Amino acid sequence: MSVALDKPGDPAAPARVARSEGVWHAAWRRLRADRVGMVSLVVVLLFVVLIVLSATGIVARQWQREVGVPSAPPSIMGPAAKTEAAAIEGPKGPNVDISDVDPLAPRYKEWEERAARYKTAEAPKAQTLPFGGDRLGRDVLAKALKGTQTSVFVGLLAAVVATLIGTLLGALAGFFGGKVGDFLEWLYSVFTSIPEILLLLCFAAVFGRGIGSVAFILALVGWTGLYRQVRAEFLKHSVRDYVRSAEAIGASTASRMFRHILPNVSHVILVRMSLLVVGFIKFEVILSYLGLGVGVDDVSWGTMLAEAQSELILGHWWQLVAATAFMAVFVTAFSLFTDALRDALDPKLRGLE
Amino acid sequence: MLLSIKDLTVAFRMGLEDGVMRRAQAVGRVTESGTVGVSFDVPENTTVALVGESGSGKSVTAMSILNLLPDNAERAGAISFMGRDMLAASLADLQGMRGRDIACVFQDPMTSLNPVFTVGHQITEPLVKHLGLAPRPALARAEELLVEVGLPEPKRRLNAYPHELSGGQQQRVMIAMALACEPKLLIADEPTTALDVTIQRQILELLGRLKEKHRMSMLFISHDLGVVGEIADHVVVMRQGTVREQGPVAQIFSNPRDSYTQALLACRPTLDKRGARLMVIDDHIAGRAAAAAGKPKDPQAPVILEATGLTKSFWLKTGVFGRKPFQAVRGASFKLRRGHTLGVVGESGSGKTTMGLTLLRLHEPSGGPAGGQVMFDGRDLLQLGRRELLPVRRRIQVVFQNPYASLNPRFTVGQALIEPMAIHGVGASAAEREARARALLGKVGLDEDAMGKYPHEFSGGQRQRIAIARCLTLNPEVLVLDEAVSALDVSVQAQVLNLLKDLQDELGLSYIFISHDLAVVRFMADEVLVMKDGVVVEQAGVEEILDRPKQEYTRRLMSAIPRGYRAAA
Repeated sequence: MSVALDKPGDPAAPARVARSEGVWHAAWRRLRADRVGMVSLVVVLLFVVLIVLSATGIVARQWQREVGVPSAPPSIMGPAAKTEAAAIEGPKGPNVDISDVDPLAPRYKEWEERAARYKTAEAPKAQTLPFGGDRLGRDVLAKALKGTQTSVFVGLLAAVVATLIGTLLGALAGFFGGKVGDFLEWLYSVFTSIPEILLLLCFAAVFGRGIGSVAFILALVGWTGLYRQVRAEFLKHSVRDYVRSAEAIGASTASRMFRHILPNVSHVILVRMSLLVVGFIKFEVILSYLGLGVGVDDVSWGTMLAEAQSELILGHWWQLVAATAFMAVFVTAFSLFTDALRDALDPKLRGLE
Repeated sequence: MLLSIKDLTVAFRMGLEDGVMRRAQAVGRVTESGTVGVSFDVPENTTVALVGESGSGKSVTAMSILNLLPDNAERAGAISFMGRDMLAASLADLQGMRGRDIACVFQDPMTSLNPVFTVGHQITEPLVKHLGLAPRPALARAEELLVEVGLPEPKRRLNAYPHELSGGQQQRVMIAMALACEPKLLIADEPTTALDVTIQRQILELLGRLKEKHRMSMLFISHDLGVVGEIADHVVVMRQGTVREQGPVAQIFSNPRDSYTQALLACRPTLDKRGARLMVIDDHIAGRAAAAAGKPKDPQAPVILEATGLTKSFWLKTGVFGRKPFQAVRGASFKLRRGHTLGVVGESGSGKTTMGLTLLRLHEPSGGPAGGQVMFDGRDLLQLGRRELLPVRRRIQVVFQNPYASLNPRFTVGQALIEPMAIHGVGASAAEREARARALLGKVGLDEDAMGKYPHEFSGGQRQRIAIARCLTLNPEVLVLDEAVSALDVSVQAQVLNLLKDLQDELGLSYIFISHDLAVVRFMADEVLVMKDGVVVEQAGVEEILDRPKQEYTRRLMSAIPRGYRAAA
């Protein structure tokens, strides 16, 4: 070894070299230039803020309180017309006095006094609510906010879990191939050979209701597409020269898989994951609509839509509109953001704007 | 004048940045005194060659004639083909001319042919489209064309799919397609770069013959002056988007005026002489002579690596469950002495790369069995377990052919250099490793700034230097250089070859130098293995093998090397 090389230089003052713009920085720069992407990012961030507020209980904590009259219409429509209550005729005249035969007669007085002490304070119920009320008089706006929290949380959690499963299995199958790959391919085939909705229902029947189990079920069903894509990427990258040269310097298998290859395919995973979020939100709605989704004391966009079905017959359209509007805005914004993200992460598209 | 290009400039829009469109100038240079564009003419029945390094704008210039550029290209200047203004021509006009008046042959025949159509289908397409031939006569004409480009059994080939043909045969098919409509101008964009030397020779001869026969003009693009000298009538030397020099081939080769052209001619290793160092462009431009010879090698240096009867097979699938071995390397034996270089030459598919990777155990064990013995430091490399292999990995390193693929694009150069040291515990602390990485970068001729940059910010030659520095971080004793300079431009190749020689002198490294280029091997190697179909056909000292080749195969390899321009004798 040469003298020049063995001299350790001056380790005390390793001048920090400015790092060049990395892939993520460049992607962010491209994303910033994309107007649609930025607007949708702002919308998504607004939703995130809403979700945080609702999760911490600052908004929509009291969504279960029956603040309005049953099926209170939205404020712009004014109070619902009073329907003539078809009164059942009550008995006329005083009650029949049976005190002489009733052994409890001596306690009538005491009970009357007690009854007089209990005063049911009937809270005044609002005739109209900003977005209307459901059939129990609960505020639809608060429900929609709370439902946003549930639905988006389920979508995100399921997408993260599905991504973890898909990435791990895809990496194993793509990198090792052989017996491991064959087994995972077989597993993949089993999962994809069953119609998705049927599989969802099977898992839902086994795991029961609840936010956690819905997320888990969706993840179990939804990892397959991502698995395939990650596997293909790993197949492609594992024979690339840079992975070979990492092997030649003695990098371990795990290091090659996750330190070398994973960052190079991460943009594929990220885009795929954000597509999964949108898909899972829609699937949660379907599950909840079918009554296999979140529990009865939770609310999500799906349960709201399920309730809206029976309300529509009565002409109470507001719950449907609220749930649909929230869902449409979020899903559209998220999809557009995903598109922008994919463009930003794929430098081959640059310059064509 | 068939084609005349005047003051052509091409820029690529690279996207908005802070509201201003960023442009990358590919052809022509913007200076204070105005824009300097590219101008040259292609007369009838002549071959004009565009020569330059990669990134010099030669391909972009040629592709802008038919506007085969991506959508973000902006062209300015004037191109006239037989009096027509090509910049103003509509897409429909251009499509009418593409393939009919001007035809193209591209570098990689494998990707230029559509894999799902038969050869016959692809050749008849332009015949039916442009000449309005009926399918049957078109097929007959296609067969004639295949005969003309020298493809054996043309009738059978018409029904073959591209993957059933070899690289050279595919390029012949591409040429047949280009000739189908008897174009007046053939644009050949590095048509032989992806091919072996022996195939390259055949294709060059074919192109020259066809040009004579059809009395067409050819615009021949190449980075290799050796090739250009053989085929061109007129040479245009380009660098960084501008024309440095143009003139008849004899003048360019015998009396080059531009210093860059002179340097290009000087920096290519030749078969005739074996210098200690190659000329480098900057040296030549600065008027320096190539540095003095290195120290002589000790013929009795200890043997560091010894292979005996090395074989490697791959499993080929047969039927549903069956498999049979395909022997890629059969019984290779050699000794590598400390500080020496073993050259391995052969055509593609001869097993030379497989042999290198087998030495390093970089093949999947499930891929097929390896046999024989590779003794390194008293131990058989092929028998070592995974754990025992790790310390050996440190001592035998590899540099791959493609510097664009062999560095992880998501690692900064600093990370890439420090990683191997961290794995093997070279250097006591992070600061020490970093200092060592800096020292090595300096050694391979790069700035310290490189530490924080990503590989895509460097040119091919610089990346190959980084790859070499990465290997050196581990103090290896043996370097396997797998076509390490084949993907580089001639001028950059010279720099990297010089660097490798210097490092060998200084650090006492042993190289296994795998290459298809005999001239480069002559420059580098002390001993040469010639491989063919997995078998070592000839093995001797470099002088002996190149001056007195015993095998017909070796002689053929040598005669196929482009000779450059020779005045007609």
